[in-house]
Amino acid sequence: MTSSSSNIAATAVSGRLAWLFDQRVLLSIAVLVLLPWLLPSKALAVNVLIYGVVVMGYNLLFGYTGLLSFGHAAFFGCGAYITGIAIGRYGVPWFAAIGVAVFCSAVLAALVGVISTRTRGIYFSMVTLALAQLIYYLALQASSFTGGENGLRGFTVDHINLLGLSINFLDPVNKYYVLMVLAALAMWVQSRILNSPFGAVIEAIRENEQRARACGYNIERSKLVVFMLSGAISSLGGCMLALHLSIVPLDILHYQTSGMIVMMVLLGGARSFFGPFVGAATFLILEDVISVWTPHWQIFVGTIFVLFVLFLPKGIWGTLLEALRIGKARP
Amino acid sequence: MDLSLIVMQLLSGIALGAVLVITALGLTIVFGMLGVVNFAHGALFMIGAYAGLYLASLTGSFWWGLLLAPILMGAFGMLIEFVLIRRLYGRSIDDPLLLTFGLSYILVEGVRIVFGSDGIPFPTPSQLIGVLDLGVGFFPRYRLFVIALVAVVLLVLWLLLEKTRIGLIVRAGARDPTIMQVLGVDIGRVWLAIFGLGVGLAALGGVLAGPMRSVNPEMGSLVLAEAFVVTVIGGLGSIAGAVVAGVMVGISISMVALFAPEMATIVMFALMAVVLLIRPQGLFGVKGRTA
Repeated sequence: MTSSSSNIAATAVSGRLAWLFDQRVLLSIAVLVLLPWLLPSKALAVNVLIYGVVVMGYNLLFGYTGLLSFGHAAFFGCGAYITGIAIGRYGVPWFAAIGVAVFCSAVLAALVGVISTRTRGIYFSMVTLALAQLIYYLALQASSFTGGENGLRGFTVDHINLLGLSINFLDPVNKYYVLMVLAALAMWVQSRILNSPFGAVIEAIRENEQRARACGYNIERSKLVVFMLSGAISSLGGCMLALHLSIVPLDILHYQTSGMIVMMVLLGGARSFFGPFVGAATFLILEDVISVWTPHWQIFVGTIFVLFVLFLPKGIWGTLLEALRIGKARP
Repeated sequence: MDLSLIVMQLLSGIALGAVLVITALGLTIVFGMLGVVNFAHGALFMIGAYAGLYLASLTGSFWWGLLLAPILMGAFGMLIEFVLIRRLYGRSIDDPLLLTFGLSYILVEGVRIVFGSDGIPFPTPSQLIGVLDLGVGFFPRYRLFVIALVAVVLLVLWLLLEKTRIGLIVRAGARDPTIMQVLGVDIGRVWLAIFGLGVGLAALGGVLAGPMRSVNPEMGSLVLAEAFVVTVIGGLGSIAGAVVAGVMVGISISMVALFAPEMATIVMFALMAVVLLIRPQGLFGVKGRTA
């Protein structure tokens, strides 16, 4: 037990910290601006951005609404494939391609959501996984559109025209900051959703579905809407991946990708705004470091993940936040 | 279209369904009794196939592999329950799912390290090579054997769960573990045995599937999705549901393969979507037990 004076000091410090954390979008952007100079390579930083956005969108569903989907690869992949197809096949400009891709992913998410949100709990996880596998096989079969097993090729964005400026997109630093603008946009949207009354409803559903229903909220519709929003935000990460790689590998739709998204959110910490980025960075750095000295990096990532589930279920960022707010939690 | 071709395809579907039934049964029993969805089930199916192959080549007989692999894997399953799953009872329902997902990464990569990434052929046992004349056509002996064996295993399981004292304890334990503990039953041991049984069934499915599919580290991921579909269609936790849905999925896949081969992998997911739109709890599922 602490003495009362140190308690007051802790409350003052945590009060200031709380204000700082309220500026979550600005703070997150500030971190992202510095990121390429903190990580060993620019490519790694770009990947952290991309997966950070995907996992952040996923966290809207998993962390904030409490729905454990195992099918988010479908939306990640849908964003990437439609961006690539729109640019490569129809010559659509990159920004319009992103718009079309996010819209189509939202429609796809609504369709998957209609079926999957009828079920609950673990059933929901299994149904989302199965429906995502359906998308995987559809993409595999429609090889004239998607390139099948070889993945989608034949679209390269080398210059981004913005406000009269032509930016060389092949330069890693330029690429990072262009994609960062998209990530920042996604963060702002996510933050607005969470701060809205709708954000309060989805958290109420997570805490106690029966009670939220008794309060008069339309649970089914809210779940469907959050599923759609989550799919749309995650798909933006897919658009970013397509622009970054200039190819879309079929693997992106595999359920292992969905699993990787779940792993990332848990490593970083669900229920926190910046946790997904911490998780994506942790996972990708681990993969980067371990794969240098063994091709079997998955065994280590799997072990670390199991240890997190057992001993650190709040993840790195979630645990850190909790530790910083100790004074507030115990007045 | 030839009638005998359709009959043969139907039988193929039942053989495929039989393997699905055994695999989905392991998943559904563990969920029904422990409330745990084992995401490593596909990986354990795959290891079962490898174990069967290894033991068969070690002893020189397929039959030893078929007998020993499920038993050893059952023991391995108990170890997993004792070391890992046990710590998560009483925590969020998502935690065991996430833990077993991480475990599947470790298991699949472990197999890659030991046996390599390439597929290994699993020879059909010499006694079951060839086809049998059924009057309407010729059917592979091995597939008939699979159908017969699965029927026997189902009968034994049904007798065990419905007609014995052990089965009574297990069923009561699924309903209310606390009361069972008050009555002096060590429920922890029941859960240990059930998880072992589930993993043993996954391994049996793996060994049976071996000669029909090639054995490789990725074979479990497809099976996991298939087992999920079967469990969801049948109703999570329902044994009868797993049997009906497994055969249904097996027959749909092989019948669609006859008419529209490119749709064969997709049809089971479509079937699942239709069932869910009509009955969200699955064919044999109990409403309100979907959580």
